[in-house]
This record gives sequence, C-alpha cells and structure tokens, in this order.
Amino acid sequence: MFAIKTMSIRLAHKPRFLSALSKRWKTFTSLFLSSFAIVLLVTACVADPSQVQNASPGASTAAGGSADSITVYTALEDDQIKEYLASFQAKYPDIKVNIVRDSTGVITAKLLAEKDNPQADVVWGTAASSLLVADQQGMLEPYAPAGLDKVSEKLRDDRNPPHWVGIDAWMSAFCVNTAELKEKNLPMPKSWADLTKPEYKNQIVMSNPASSGTGFLSVSAMLQMKGEQDGWKYLDGLHQNVAQYMHSGSRPCKAAGAGEYPIGISFDYRAVKQKNDGEPIEPVFPTEGSGWDIEANALVKKTTIKPAAKTFLDWAISEDVSKKYAENFAVTAIKTDVPIPKGYPADPLKQLAKNDFNWAASNRDRILEEWTKRYDTKSAPKEG
Amino acid sequence: MTVTTPKFPTPNPLFPKRQQVVTREDWLMRILLGLGTLWLLVGVVLPLFPMIGRSFFDPNGNWIGLANYVKYLTTPSLVSAFFNSFFIGAMSMMIAVGLAFLYAYALTRTQMPGKLAFRVLGMLPLYIPPLAHAIGLIYLFGNKGLVTTGFLGVFPKWDIGLYGPVGIIIGEVLYCFPQALVIMITALSLTDARLYEAAEVLGSTPLKTFFTVTLPSVKYGLISALFVCFTLAFTDFGVPKVVGGNFNVLATDIYKQVIGQQNFSMGATVSVFLLVPTVIAFVVDRIIQRRQTALVSAKAVPLQPKSHPPLDWLMFGFCALVAGFTIAVLLVIIFASLVKVWPYDLTLGFKNYDFSTVGGGGYRAFWNSIRMSFYTAIVGTVAVFMGAYLVEKGRGMKWLRSANYFLSTLPLALPGLVLGLSYVFFFNNKIWWIPFTKIAIYNPFNGIYGTMAILVLCNVIHFYTVCFLTANTALKQIDPEFEAVSASMRVPFYKTFWRVTVPLSLPAILEIGIYYFVNAMITISAIVFLYPPSLPLAAVAIVNMDDAGDIAAAAAMSTLVVLTSIGVRILYWLFTRGLQQRSQAWLQR
Repeated sequence: MFAIKTMSIRLAHKPRFLSALSKRWKTFTSLFLSSFAIVLLVTACVADPSQVQNASPGASTAAGGSADSITVYTALEDDQIKEYLASFQAKYPDIKVNIVRDSTGVITAKLLAEKDNPQADVVWGTAASSLLVADQQGMLEPYAPAGLDKVSEKLRDDRNPPHWVGIDAWMSAFCVNTAELKEKNLPMPKSWADLTKPEYKNQIVMSNPASSGTGFLSVSAMLQMKGEQDGWKYLDGLHQNVAQYMHSGSRPCKAAGAGEYPIGISFDYRAVKQKNDGEPIEPVFPTEGSGWDIEANALVKKTTIKPAAKTFLDWAISEDVSKKYAENFAVTAIKTDVPIPKGYPADPLKQLAKNDFNWAASNRDRILEEWTKRYDTKSAPKEG
Repeated sequence: MTVTTPKFPTPNPLFPKRQQVVTREDWLMRILLGLGTLWLLVGVVLPLFPMIGRSFFDPNGNWIGLANYVKYLTTPSLVSAFFNSFFIGAMSMMIAVGLAFLYAYALTRTQMPGKLAFRVLGMLPLYIPPLAHAIGLIYLFGNKGLVTTGFLGVFPKWDIGLYGPVGIIIGEVLYCFPQALVIMITALSLTDARLYEAAEVLGSTPLKTFFTVTLPSVKYGLISALFVCFTLAFTDFGVPKVVGGNFNVLATDIYKQVIGQQNFSMGATVSVFLLVPTVIAFVVDRIIQRRQTALVSAKAVPLQPKSHPPLDWLMFGFCALVAGFTIAVLLVIIFASLVKVWPYDLTLGFKNYDFSTVGGGGYRAFWNSIRMSFYTAIVGTVAVFMGAYLVEKGRGMKWLRSANYFLSTLPLALPGLVLGLSYVFFFNNKIWWIPFTKIAIYNPFNGIYGTMAILVLCNVIHFYTVCFLTANTALKQIDPEFEAVSASMRVPFYKTFWRVTVPLSLPAILEIGIYYFVNAMITISAIVFLYPPSLPLAAVAIVNMDDAGDIAAAAAMSTLVVLTSIGVRILYWLFTRGLQQRSQAWLQR
C-alpha cells in the first residue's frame, strides 16, 4: 500500500519536475539574478565614492531629528542623570535631549560600531580611558567648552582645545560585607596588601579586566604603583585568593552586598550607594591608594555638529551641575563648596594613586594579554 | 484570485491544458520563493559580510589577513574556551532534549492527569528573561541561596557549586528546555494511530513499539531539537556571563573582546569560531532530514492515548518535578522583586515596582516592548510559515529551496550579540563599498536604522530558525498526497495552502506566534546595540537595572514581563480556542 502511494506521487511529480529542470531552470535562474540586480539598482544608485562621502550631510538628519534635538551617550548612573538634567532642561527648554545610557563598555562599543555614521552628538560622563580609544580612531572633535579654565588640570585632556573634558573622578574601592565578615570571623581588610593574606582565600571577587574598565583600573593601578615586576607578583598573590573574576564593574560589589562573597573589589560610588541603601557594606579605600578614572565629556566628530551639542557641553561643566556631581562624587573637575559625601575619605585627592592615562591606554593590550595568560587560562572554577 | 477553468477541447492531447495552469502556478511559487530567499539574504547573510570582514583587520582598520586567527589559536585561554563551549553545548543538549522528550511524551502519549496545566508550565521558562533566570539561580543556589543555606537553616545545607559549568548547564537547560519542548510536542502529536493498532495486533510489547514505532516517527523532530539546543547553549552569553564564574566560553570571550576591550576584529574572529560547529551541526541535520517521509498520510487516524495508570503516574511525578523546578525559579524571582534588601532585610513591599527612581525607561520601556513583540509576532509568523511552506511543499527549484532552508537555519548559529553588531555595521552605513573595487552604492536600507522596523526585523531573524523548524516539522508530517490530489484536481497551490495546510498546521502556527512574542519580550543580546534612544525596551531596562545594582527593580521588571507573556498567552488561548477546535475537529474520533 505504501509503495503504491509513493508511486502515485512520483508519477504526479516527475513530468513537471523534469520539464522545470530542462528549460525553465535556466530562464528562472537568469530571471532571479536579474531581478536581484534590478532591486539593487532601483533602490540604490551606483555612485562615485568621493561624492557619496561629501553628499552625506543632507541625509544625516535621519539620525537625530531637528537641530534642537541632540543625542547624548552616557555611562552615568540612571538616578544621577535625572537629577543632573533637571538644570539643563530648566535653562534650555527648547533643546530636546535623547539620553542613551548603558555601561561604559557597551556605550564605547556602540560608539565605535557606529564610527562610519555616528548617531551620538555628545558623549557625557563616560570613562576617559574609553574616550581615548574613540579618540585614537579619530572620532572626537576637539572643543573647548565655556568655563574650561576652571576645570582641574588633572581632569582634562592636556591638548588645546581638549579632545575630552572631565566632570568628576571615580576610584577603586573594596566593598566589604560586615555581616559576612563577622560570621566568618575575618578581620577587616585595610589595604591591597591585606587582600593577599591566606585567610581571605576564595573570599574575594573582582571584575575581570578584560571585560570591565573597573577591573582594568585596579590592575593598571597596581602595575603603576609597584612597578611592573612587583605589580605582577602582587597580582599573582591576589589571584590565589580571588574566587571569581566577574564580567562587570559593579557586580563584585553587588555580590558582596548580597553576601555571596564577603569582599568585592569595585569602585567608590557603588560601595557608598549600596551602604546608603541599607546593605551591610563598608566601603574601604586601600591605604596604598586607589586606581582611578575620569568621567568625561566629548564632542562627536560628524559632518554636521549641532550648536545645541556645544551648548550641552558648556552646561555639562557649569557650576550648577557640578554641584550635583559633587553630591555623588568626592572628586569633581570644578571646585564646589559642596561637602564631600558621606562614606568617602576626608581627602579624596590624596587617595588617588599615580595614574598615567596615556601609559595605560597604550599598554592596555599588552597588559590584558599578560593578565589573560596568567589568570584566565583556568578552565574550571576553583574549588568552593 | 480566480482559477482558470480548463477549456475544451484540448488542442494537443499530448500536452493538455493542465500543463499551462501548473506552469503559471509554478512561476508564482518560484517568484515567492525567490522573494523569500532575497529577504533572508538581506536579513541574514549580507549583514555578516561587514562582520566577517572585520576579522581580517586590526582595530584601526589595517588589513592583517589571518593574524587574528593565528593569535586566537595560539592563546591557550581562548582555545580552552572553545572546548568549554563545546562541553556546555553537548551536556545541555542531552539533558534538555532528554527532559523535553519525556515531558512531551507524557503530554501527548499518556493519560496523565493535569496535562493542560503541565503543558502551560512546561513553557514557563520561555517567558522568563535570561538575566532573571540567572538572578533566580543565584538566589536559589548561590553561596547565600535558599537551597545552599538550607532555606535559611531549616534543611541541611546543599551547595551545588553554582558558579561554573554546573550553573551554566542548569541555566542553559532551563533556557533550551521549552525550545526543545515546542519541537517535541509538534513531532509527537502528529502520528498515525493505525501504526500503533498494527503493532498491538501483531503482539508487539509496549517497549518494542516505543523503539520501533514511536522513536523512528519522531526522529526528525528529535534531531532538530538536538540541533537547536546544542546551538542555543553553545552560543548563549547571558547565562555564562552571570553564573559562569571563571569558566570561559566563546560567547563570554566575544563579550570580553567587544564590550571589555572594544576589539571588534577579535570579537568577529571568535564569532567565526562560534560558527564552525554550528555549521557542522547544520550539515549533519540536513543530511539526516533529507530522508524524512510523511508520517501523517491523508488516511491517517489520530492517536488517542490509552490510560495506563503506573506509567501515567510515573510521568505525572516526572512532570511535576520539572514543572516544580521552573516554578521555584519564577517564585524566587517574584520574591526577590518584593523584598527590600536580599538577604538581610526581607520586608515585603511593592516599592520596587515604582521605576521612577531607577533607569531604563520604566513603564515606557515596558509598553515599547509589548508593541515590538506584537509586531514581531505578526510579521514573523507570516514570514516563517510562508517560508517553510515554500521550502517544504514547493516543487522543483531544489537548489533554491535548499538555499532557502540553509538561510532559514543559519540565524540559529548567530549569537544575538553578533547579529546585533552585524546589523549596526550593515544598516548604519550610508554607503556600501563593494570589496576589491572602487565602487560604492547607497545603502537602500539605511532608513530603517534607529526605528522600530529594524528591531522587528532583527527579532524575526534572530528567532527565525526555531520557528522555521517547528513549521517545517509540522509540514513534513502532512502527507504530500494532499498536494498531489489537489494538483490533480487542478486546485491551485495557494488554495490548498489556505484550505488544507494552514488549518492542519494551526497548532504549530499559533505556537510560532506566541514563541515570537515571548522571545521578543525577553531578548537582550541582539537588541542592546540596536535600540534607538527614543525606544527604551523592558529587557534592556532589566540589564541596565541589574548593572546599576538595582536587582530588586530588575526582578520587578522581569516579573512584569513574565506576567505579560503569560497573560498574552492566556488571552491568545481563549481567543483561538474555538478556531483550533474547529480546524482540529477532524482529529477527534
């Protein structure tokens, strides 16, 4: 019965199939290819490359709409953005600001991915070390915002006009869970050196420098502070105690806050915020000093630079908003009379370790390669 | 459309009029097939070129040939990541498909009590955003998890060592299980009862019947499910990122290269390594699938499972265990969204559902996600089913159908991160340079960049394969005799399609629509690079909240997403129940 069925199907199919093969196959192929070509020709037109590049400004409005609307890429925290922006909106109600917020890595990747047709007009509050990468690719337009003279020398690009200008600095800090520490009978770590003590074995988490700028900050600080040879020796020791290298800058602090691991190497704002949110976290600023980075602004190089973008950058280092920055961060680019927020060291500038951004940027690949070779080859997690 | 009625007398008895009618129809079919292939080409293949092209350049745009590949193969940590990924893929595949097969078997072939509930619960993990899964797993099995601490000291402690391969595999199994279940239910529910009657009459033992009738009849679905699960687990990055500990896999390596180091060239290189095994899996699948013949013939009689108490209860126990675990994960997520500071201050409240103090777009993002998912479901279902029909039931043009099949299965091999980045490179480029020439053309698709359209397109492509395979499995099980008969009766194929194929496949079609909806609700990796500033999305908001440390708010948003998907599912079921009953009535004896 089955045989008969298949037979009948074969009979029904074969002649058609064969005739299709014989003649129409070729005609169809050519038709298909030519229709494909027509589609391409109708929707696109062959053009002289130089012309295309010069002609682009007319079409670029697709990205952001009218001249009074700007797209701002930022890695600032969400709750901060709302607070900061209030003063801009009060002062410039006509300018519409589209905020794209994401982690530093994603924002930088997005920026670089869109290199050929930038969507952002302005980058605001994004790690200077990331902006250096974009700058190396020629994506930033030098611009000296109004009030630049008030910006601390340490927190801006030293070229004139600067390619980027900082608003505040953040630094590495330990998030220590006091409740877990007590339960496990561990002493409070005070310094980087403490972290290599054997009692902290498998009690420490830090961010993977290959995934996160915060992780890189700590590694680069160690290498700059102790010199490369001793720096690596120290990291070898630290590696013995690290239970996990995590893929985000804030995750170690969160893991500490949730008691997953008692100590997370993260950054200051995170530690202070989690403490204020009621988690049993104590921010610890290591006695040797902290690695640090700058949250900086830059103008994106594109064919039409909107005046509103420059207005935004001027505002972004104004005194009004700097006061708001100062409520969250201990070190700001513009000096304000706002007292240092609770939880930070009394003299935050002193806490900042030696940090040469250009050295870190130009040696980054080499450092990460070495780091990966030393610590990332472990295929399985350690016991416990 | 009107049908040309044959005119008599025929001028030449050797070439009856019928030939012409068929030809015109064939042309229509071919043009549709051509268009279907063209759009897949634009959606899948063309964006890959700028991506793969990047693997031959250094980050500054200088041609370096194979240097990236050499570097990859000589870096031990990267090579070990490849084998780790393979291990994860294989283990997750076997566990997920094994569980899904048993679960689907219980649903379709036994008289187990509570089938409807289990059917719904089996799909539960599908509604949960992957990041929420990870949050749930950490709260259950992490160092401070409920299970690890013995439910805050009530039970003995049990540390499964979540961070590492164990955690990844649990997460991936949760992720793959519903996907495999969709395919297995489709495969198992379409069968011919006469085969079982024959087996029974011939005195075959149930075990023998299982191995000689049941297993062979679903083998193609089984292989598809294996293929889908392997590729999903092999390429997923969300779960390993959160619970992977120091266990490196390829997908997290891409993340490290792209997000951590902004090295797109190396990211692209790792992506190529990610493609190799999936392409091999694809080829194997294709070779095996070629032999499939229809199981449900026009004379098929639907199987009505008989009651068999010991088996029914055994299966009930098994399903309860699986469903119980998925419920536990969901409950923990909901719980996490309600507590103040986990695990130190367990005061409950709805504070976390007020998204005004956290970022990500709050309720606006939530509505955008619903809108996007709705469009994706409609566009995707139509595109997938038409595509699958033309590939499976089309006649002639074998090479084009194979090409279309290949393009339809390819998206599964593309990790979302790669797909999203490819789209950025491809669509956000006003001009295209044709390689090795000085010719450039305007990009006709540039206009959709930064709009809802590109998000929908990306989602449709991203989840195309599973839907396509579901449709394909369903269509394969419909006897070609239907087409043969209607063709011989001079009914045009589109009428057969509309009157026979669509109603017969309605369960699969509905399944595809809902699959698209829920996946579009929870997807992150592909969308994270693509979403425009004016359209924040819920799933991205979850990532942003989680990254910013607002885990409770992230859990709250996840809960909203899950409840929405479940709600839509229920509505969908209520609305389509009547429709389904009518179109499937012939299956009841």
